[in-house]
Amino acid sequence: MQEEIFVSGRNIPHIDPILQVWHFPISLYLFLGGMAAGIIFFASLFTVLRKEKEVQTTVKTGMLIALIGIVIGLIALLYDLTHMFYAWQLYTTIRIESPMSWGAWVLLIITFLLTFWVFSYFTEMFPKWDWKFDFLKNLEKFFQKNRRIMAMIMLPLSIILGVYTGILLSAFNARPLWNNAILGPLFLTSGLSTGAAAIILFSKDHFEKHLFTKIDLALVVLELGLIIHMLMGMYAGSHVQLEAMQILVGGEFTLMFFGFVVILGLIVPGIMEGIELMGHKVPSYVPALLVLIGGFIFRIVMVEAGQITRYLY
Amino acid sequence: MRYAMVIDTLKCVGCSDCVVACQTENEVPIGYCRDWVTETVNGAYPTVEIELKSERCNHCDNAPCVRCCPTGASHIVEGGIVKVTHDECIGCGACIESCPYDARYQHPEGYVDKCTFCHHRLEEGQNPACVSVCPTKCMYFGDLDDPTSEVSELLKSRKHKVLAPEAGTDPNVYYLIK
Repeated sequence: MQEEIFVSGRNIPHIDPILQVWHFPISLYLFLGGMAAGIIFFASLFTVLRKEKEVQTTVKTGMLIALIGIVIGLIALLYDLTHMFYAWQLYTTIRIESPMSWGAWVLLIITFLLTFWVFSYFTEMFPKWDWKFDFLKNLEKFFQKNRRIMAMIMLPLSIILGVYTGILLSAFNARPLWNNAILGPLFLTSGLSTGAAAIILFSKDHFEKHLFTKIDLALVVLELGLIIHMLMGMYAGSHVQLEAMQILVGGEFTLMFFGFVVILGLIVPGIMEGIELMGHKVPSYVPALLVLIGGFIFRIVMVEAGQITRYLY
Repeated sequence: MRYAMVIDTLKCVGCSDCVVACQTENEVPIGYCRDWVTETVNGAYPTVEIELKSERCNHCDNAPCVRCCPTGASHIVEGGIVKVTHDECIGCGACIESCPYDARYQHPEGYVDKCTFCHHRLEEGQNPACVSVCPTKCMYFGDLDDPTSEVSELLKSRKHKVLAPEAGTDPNVYYLIK
C-alpha cells in the first residue's frame, strides 16, 4: 500500500487535487474543429473530383456551417488562454515538435481559405444579396474561378486539422489516457463522421442525404473499431495506462463514455442508418443528431477524464 | 555546466521551510507554490516506511514542457534550467498538461510560472533560496559536470532515485534514499 499527501499544504487552483487546466471551451473547440474538418474534407474532395454539383448543400450551407463552427471554436480557444493578449506570439514562430504550434498555423490558413470559399458561394446561397462595390464582385468571381485550387489546398489541410485535434491530446505522455497513437486517427474519424452528420442534418436533397448516410455508417463502424483498438491498447499497456482505462471502463466516466458515446452516439445511430439504407423510413435527423451529440460528449469525456490520469510516484 | 539538486530524504523532516523561503524569495502569489513537500507512506503496520520529499520542477534534460510549448516561451537556459519567458507565454496550458510532476501553474496574471532553481541567485553565486534556508541541510545544489562537486560526490557514494523515471524526462533533481 502506498499513500502520498502534501504536508506543505499545496492546493494550487486548477491543479490540485485534480488537474483542470483545460475546460469546456477546449472540448467545444475539439468538437467544432473536428466537425468543420469533416465538412471541409467532403466539400474539397467532391470539388476536386468535379462532382460538386451533386452535393450542393455540402459545398454551400455545409461550408458556411464549418466556417461558423471554426470561428466559434477559435473564440473558445482564445477564451481558454489565460494570457490571451499575447496570443499573437503563436504566429511569430513555427515549432514542429509542438502540435499546438503547427495546429495553430493550419487553423489560421484554413480559416482564411474557408472564408474565401464561403465568399465565392455567397450570391449563389443568397440570390438577393448585392455586394454593392465592383471590387467585391470581381473578388467573388476571382474566388469562383479558383475554387478547385482552394479545394486542392484544403483537402490535405482538413485531414491535418482533423488529426491535429487528437494529436493535441496524445502528445502528452504525462496523461496516460491521452498518450496513445490511435487518438489522432480516432478524432479524425469522429470529425469526419460528425461532419457527414451535419451535412445530413442540413441537406434537403435525397441523393446527397443517401450518399452521406452511407459514408457516415462506414465511419461509425470504423470509429467503433478504433475505440476498441484504443481500449485494447491500454489493456495491454503499462500500469498507468491500465489505471487510465479504468476511468472509462468501470470508473466515473463509464456511463458518459459507453452510454452516451458508444451506445447512443455510435451503435444506435449506426443501426438506424443501416435500417434507412435498407429502404425503410427513418427520420434522418435522429441518427444525425445522435452522432453529433455523441461526438461532442466524446470530446468532453476525453478532455475531462484525461486530466485525471497521471503518473504516481 | 549541468545544474542538479540532491535531496537527502533521510534528513528531511518535512518542515516546509523550503516552500516558505521560495514563496518569499520569488514573490509567489498567495495560494500558489513552486515547491512543495510530500509524505509518502509505504506498507502497513508493523512495517511502515515514511518518506519525506521536497519536490519542485525537475529541470528535465528531455523536458516535455519545452517540447510542447507552441511559442517557445518555455526554454532551457545554460546549465539546463527550464525557464518561461512571461511575455512569450500565451497561457495555453499545454506545458502544464505535459508535466508528469505537476510542477507548473498559471500565475494569476495569466502566464505560466514555475521553479527557476533561483536563477537570479545563481548568477550572484548564491544557492537557491530553498537550499540555503533548509534547517536540516538536507538539500544540496551544484554542477554534475564537475566530478568533484558536492552533488557529484553524493550521487557516487549514496543510493539515489529520481521521480517517475518511466516518464522518460531525465530529471535533474535526485533523492538520496539510503
